[in-house]
Amino acid sequence: MVATNRIEVKKTYKLFINGAFPRSESGRVFEVHSKKGEFIANPCLASRKDLRDSVTAARAAQHGWAKATAYNRGQILYRIAEMLEGRAEQCAAEISTTTAITPLKAQSMVSEAIDRWVWYAGWSDKLSAVTGATNPVAGPYYNFTIPEPLGVVVVTASDSFIDFIDAIAAAVVSGNSVIALVDGGLSVPAMTFAEVLATSDLPAGVINILTGSLDELAPWAASHMDVDGFDISAISKKKRAELKVAGAENLKRIYIADGKLTPSRILAFMEQKTVWHTIGV
Amino acid sequence: MTFEYAPALEPRAIVTIKPKYGHFINGSFVSGKRHFPTINPATEEILSHLSLGSASDIDKAVAAAQKAYTKTWSKLSGKERGKYLYRIARILQERAREFAVLETLDNGKPIRETRDIDIPLVAAHFFYHAGWADKLDYAGLGHSPQPYGVAGQIIPWNFPLLMLAWKVAPALATGNTVVLKPAETTSLTALLFAEVCQQAELPDGVVNIVTGDGSTGATLVNHPGVHKIAFTGSTEVGKKIARAIAATDKKATLELGGKGANIVFDDAPVDEAVEGIVNGIFFNQGHVCCAGSRLILQESIAEEIIEKLKVRMAKIRVGDPLDKNTDLGAINSREQLTKIQELAAIGDAEGAQRWSPQCNLSDKGYWFAPTIFTGVTQAHRIAQEEIFGPVLSVLTFRTPQEGIDKANNTPFGLSAGIWSEKGSRTLWASQQLRAGVIWANTFNKFDPTSPFGGYKESGWGREGGKHGLAAYLKTGRESGGK
Repeated sequence: MVATNRIEVKKTYKLFINGAFPRSESGRVFEVHSKKGEFIANPCLASRKDLRDSVTAARAAQHGWAKATAYNRGQILYRIAEMLEGRAEQCAAEISTTTAITPLKAQSMVSEAIDRWVWYAGWSDKLSAVTGATNPVAGPYYNFTIPEPLGVVVVTASDSFIDFIDAIAAAVVSGNSVIALVDGGLSVPAMTFAEVLATSDLPAGVINILTGSLDELAPWAASHMDVDGFDISAISKKKRAELKVAGAENLKRIYIADGKLTPSRILAFMEQKTVWHTIGV
Repeated sequence: MTFEYAPALEPRAIVTIKPKYGHFINGSFVSGKRHFPTINPATEEILSHLSLGSASDIDKAVAAAQKAYTKTWSKLSGKERGKYLYRIARILQERAREFAVLETLDNGKPIRETRDIDIPLVAAHFFYHAGWADKLDYAGLGHSPQPYGVAGQIIPWNFPLLMLAWKVAPALATGNTVVLKPAETTSLTALLFAEVCQQAELPDGVVNIVTGDGSTGATLVNHPGVHKIAFTGSTEVGKKIARAIAATDKKATLELGGKGANIVFDDAPVDEAVEGIVNGIFFNQGHVCCAGSRLILQESIAEEIIEKLKVRMAKIRVGDPLDKNTDLGAINSREQLTKIQELAAIGDAEGAQRWSPQCNLSDKGYWFAPTIFTGVTQAHRIAQEEIFGPVLSVLTFRTPQEGIDKANNTPFGLSAGIWSEKGSRTLWASQQLRAGVIWANTFNKFDPTSPFGGYKESGWGREGGKHGLAAYLKTGRESGGK
């Protein structure tokens, strides 16, 4: 027997840190409303302590993620696409409910986001072939340059689900661990996406997602000495300078995307290592 | 019986130093209002007086570079730009000895190094980049990558002309024009390079050189007409530059400090390792950002290596940089000598054991004997801070992982050395080390085809090789992911 006026079981929106879904240690939440003004959810308003905990988790996970074979990382990213496909309707519905985007457009955005995961997945084992080099030095040395992941990277997202996916995928594919800071209504589909990650064989701590206020979280990320890279693409132009100033303290690699789908965004969070070895008998 | 070396002095008559120099702006020399002396650090003799670049000098230089960019340089094909660079490379080869002697006089580094390393690498750098000028479409930066415009470049005193080449050659090859600020204590070879630009008939304003101190450099960094900053120097100044340009769209490459680790495993070729350790820290008086200033020895071989190292160090010839037999020349300035003395004294105070061979150091000029500190721990300041002098800190390890952890335990990440005869161990160590340049069974090797630059607080970006071009080009059109 199906009840006609069944009371829906609503989801509690939490954070995604180290593979688990904790509430903010601060106990803070913020309200998300639909464009018609109806209450949708109380996502967590992440605190500085949540950010620090995420950095600790991300740092602990990074070495193992970078050490995984490129083939393995590529398969896990592809698995994310598979899992997101199964959640596509839910994500699209959340996007069109919490933002000004129409349902049809939201569906095509999620489809595109899934395809982006496939695109990034394929990069994992091609980066060193495309962007590395063997260098013909004038001497008896074998000399090569290979790209390596940077370490812990914080990325930002505020409006677009595709930008959110791009920022995370570009940083994570090479072997970085990531903390995504998400603002506003995007927090709702973002936490549904965290459930996708939780079922994608992604090691705990490799991707962490914090919902809340970019204005509040970004300066803390910029000044955190154990964060190596910071994608500030979602930060408004007038607030970028102060983040760059704070980031200079440990010479963070700070990046602003140009909106084109190219490997530049992946390379922005990689280092190039050059190795010389003697040749002789 | 011992055979003493007789002095074999390189004649200095090949160089003519003018009593006073101006800036090189828009193709000609222009005197500044104020001047400051530049000396030979081996004798404290005043070599010349240089113009102290003011805000108005920088204005004029940037305007000249901007005009040259718009009117001539950006209109030339890559092929024609390349030919200018080839000309410069050839003239540098022709005048190599003159440059080597002048560099030694002004910097204090041994003639053996300027003659055999610095100047040949300078010419090679121009020759290499000349060939890129018409092949930028194939550099992996998309179709038709574009230059930024005016590059403001600030270089240090440790490899004066080589750092000029690392900056100027890629900037010109990629179609940018340049305002260069050489280091306060070592500007003479840059000013001689200006003559090379004239001989090569490089269009006016493509290269401009403004001499001066830190304030001149800061004015250049902050000038609104500069689109791209390239800096080599201290991490402290690098961070200042990063902050200074935070509110602008200026791009920056920063080649900063280091505290390079030379790791010697128990299966290392010992005699080669000892040579490599000496070259790693005593090359160029240790005034090398990528110097192997920390020696990290596997415990089982530490005693043997240190003993052999001391025997080898006793044979280092410290003295007149113009003597072709000299291994270790003068410290570049009184200021730098004081800094080295202070950090060495801190090494003593923190409990490390200092050792130097007997050296007869001249009363005149700035000198520091080759020095090692043993019994250094990771917490010691001489294991964490860049000394930028001929001072080596020795640490030990038991397991390979401990060696790597110690090597990675500084805020820097510029260089590292690995000494081992086992290929799999060497490759493993090269993967674990967080540094931009790794030398395996060698150290302090440089080549224009080989990218150079640091991880972490050792800087942003790479210089040299295909990767160095990215520093001077906006990514061109790409076909995208579809």
